[in-house]
Amino acid sequence: MTLTLDPPRIVKTAPLVQVRGVSKSYGRVVALRDVAATVYPGEVLGIVGESGSGKSTLLRMMNLEETPDTGSYTLDLPDVDGNLFALDRFARRMLCATRIGIVYQNPHLGLLMKHSSSGNVAERLLVAGERRFAVLREKAKDALAASEFPLERLDAPPIELSGGMQQRVQLAKAIALEPALLLLDEPTTGLDVSVQALVLDTLKRLQRDRRITMVIVSHDLGVIRTLADRVMVMRRGEVVEAGLADQIFQDPQHAYTQQLVHAKL
Amino acid sequence: MTPVLDIRGLTKGFTMHHLGQGFAAFDNISFTVNAGEFVLLKGANGAGKSTLLRTLYRSYLPQAGAVLFQSAHGQIDLARAADIDITHLRQTEIGFVTQFLVARPRVSAEVLVAEPLRLAGVAQDEALKTARHWLQTFGVKENLWPAYPTTFSGGEQQKVNLARALIRPHKLLLLDEPTASLDATARAALVQRLSDLKAQGTAMIGVFHHPDDVEHLIDRVIDLTPDIPLQEERQDVAV
Repeated sequence: MTLTLDPPRIVKTAPLVQVRGVSKSYGRVVALRDVAATVYPGEVLGIVGESGSGKSTLLRMMNLEETPDTGSYTLDLPDVDGNLFALDRFARRMLCATRIGIVYQNPHLGLLMKHSSSGNVAERLLVAGERRFAVLREKAKDALAASEFPLERLDAPPIELSGGMQQRVQLAKAIALEPALLLLDEPTTGLDVSVQALVLDTLKRLQRDRRITMVIVSHDLGVIRTLADRVMVMRRGEVVEAGLADQIFQDPQHAYTQQLVHAKL
Repeated sequence: MTPVLDIRGLTKGFTMHHLGQGFAAFDNISFTVNAGEFVLLKGANGAGKSTLLRTLYRSYLPQAGAVLFQSAHGQIDLARAADIDITHLRQTEIGFVTQFLVARPRVSAEVLVAEPLRLAGVAQDEALKTARHWLQTFGVKENLWPAYPTTFSGGEQQKVNLARALIRPHKLLLLDEPTASLDATARAALVQRLSDLKAQGTAMIGVFHHPDDVEHLIDRVIDLTPDIPLQEERQDVAV
């Protein structure tokens, strides 16, 4: 038994992201059931849950890679209107390229592994219409520097790089156009602990210096605790609990969240 | 004068689903705190002192009651305020000081201390300068400022934590045993800082294992032990 929270009174800014009533089934398997999510500008929302909870499906929908059976998705940006799920394929691609960045757990999903790292980042700028070679190279370099990629390796293809470096190239590509929303799908899973700390630190720096709005999906509660302002807990396609990160970790309300938090090492 | 904080009938308990039971932490607590007032919470272990502080900060969700806070944006009930409003208040008006540092891998002491100022929009150089001032004040050696506190001793981590938590003034400051295991220099610096903040009008609620550390700051003592009259005007601090 807890109190019902009021709507925001102090923070008057509209949420950047609003996902409402999203449901999706694959045949008889329900992947998402009536999911809602709100993210304010500059906020970092963490989504946790075990495999199959629907957290990655939800993230792919926010990247407009998938369309739900029902539900709506809006971004509060000057020239972006209406339900984004209703956009045609071309409009989706433009919106994703210019306003949304994503980092996948598997770099193969986000990168051309045999093209140069700077080329991978520049490709994003090309899609957005930049054609001047010098500008492309310079902007790609800036983005790689911001994600703390060693600049002497600009021309190395991702396939020759370590896992941590590949994630930095993905991150550089994701932030090259200064997106309004950065989506991160298990960005540090599978990396060595020391490399994981470096990537986390880079993300934290971007959060602090650029105030990028982020949604991060991870089953690693330590990663979520480090980065997220607010946490949403998912199970079997539903949101079981959402709240301030410290509240979710210190005073979890739902039986499943308690189980999850107590299972953390 | 309207109190900075007006706590009415605040109740908190925990449900432990794996045990199939719940237990009460505190029940129906009411008191007020004025600007520049220092309230000491007392009570035996388990009386709910730390739990009350965490509930006021909203790390814990209260079950009943109201916590009326006079923010710069007018009155708001912290027990029911939206998460985003709580986040905002924590960055601007409400501080929480514990004895534990949440260090982050590969983040230096000075950057960690400067962070609350950076989040408040202070420029990097200015924030770092202020951070170094407070690290110095709390007695952290200069060669440690650019080092990573993950490897510091408990005492040094605690000093970094105090510098971070007290780097900017707050309207309301919650103190959870910040003096525990501090050396004399750091303790003196902490008491001085609290005293200055109090003079500037910060309202404080604190739990101290050894209240004599902050003896001259205490205006009022509130006993959370059940079945004891809640408030006790301060005659003399006999805790």
